[in-house]
Amino acid sequence: MISRRQALMLGPFGVALAGGAAFWAMLDGMKQGTFDPRGLPSVLIGKPLPSFTLPAQAPSDSGFSSADLVAAPGVKLLNFFASWCVPCIEEHPELMALRRGGMPMWGIAYKDKPEAAAGFIKRNGDPFRQIAADETGRVAIDFGLYGVPETYFVDREGIVRWRWAGAITPDVTAKALRPLLKQYA
Amino acid sequence: MIRLLVIAFLLAARPAFAVDSPAEMLPDHAQEVRAAEIGRQLRCLVCQNESIEDSGADLAKDLRRIVRQRVVAGDTDKQVVDWMVARYGTFVMLKPPFNWITAALWLSPVIALVLGGFAAFAARRRRAPQVAPLSAVEQARLAELTRPL
Repeated sequence: MISRRQALMLGPFGVALAGGAAFWAMLDGMKQGTFDPRGLPSVLIGKPLPSFTLPAQAPSDSGFSSADLVAAPGVKLLNFFASWCVPCIEEHPELMALRRGGMPMWGIAYKDKPEAAAGFIKRNGDPFRQIAADETGRVAIDFGLYGVPETYFVDREGIVRWRWAGAITPDVTAKALRPLLKQYA
Repeated sequence: MIRLLVIAFLLAARPAFAVDSPAEMLPDHAQEVRAAEIGRQLRCLVCQNESIEDSGADLAKDLRRIVRQRVVAGDTDKQVVDWMVARYGTFVMLKPPFNWITAALWLSPVIALVLGGFAAFAARRRRAPQVAPLSAVEQARLAELTRPL
């Protein structure tokens, strides 16, 4: 049995220890890229895709709608990108790798000039089945998008299961995307 | 005199708003005042500690425009805020609603006050001196000392 005096000494020490452990876990998550302190939960999770119809973005020759995405078989990714966005350049090699692995992906150019977005795809490669242009960014607001890149994982019924705000890195693929694929594929 | 002038200027200072062009504002003054009031309750998702009315971010500008469109379309204040919450979640409200997730946030001042009051009460009680009643000898001495001359 510890005395009252010992409890008073150990109490604050225990609180400090727990706080330190929580802080360390947070920093570790930030380093691994699995925790973003500014990240917001998406209200779309578990809900159907917001309905939209967007025009084509070169090099695609036709745009697509939410209905097209829902009708496409299997699970898919929807990626918002822009030629003016630095993390989009960072994540592009990983998108190309996912494409080579057979992941169906659709792209939406967010608030970009058509020729600039086309140049971005030409320089970095085209991982998308189709690309559409959201020049005003109005459709993105229906998604609750607050920056680019943002990536949405849509299941075979067209329900949004996951949203990632920020670059898709190999770490994100391994820790978040692979488990989702296992669960919903 | 200079000190008075400085104070006058400081009192006259108003926060600079990010509404960057008069073209963004609604021609109807009452509607513009309402839209700005709604905008000040909505968080800019990019800067996160500014309202969309104060923020210079591109997204905040788009959201300001949507608020104004909805005000002109005849939405109530609550309908405009609900429209934003449907897309961005309650995080978009600078003053979050009271629910079980935010209960700890809203109740923490009350909890702190109750705990503090309890601690203060306990400390006072402990410090209160435990005085034994006077013995017969002490009472006799006291009577002797306070006896009128």
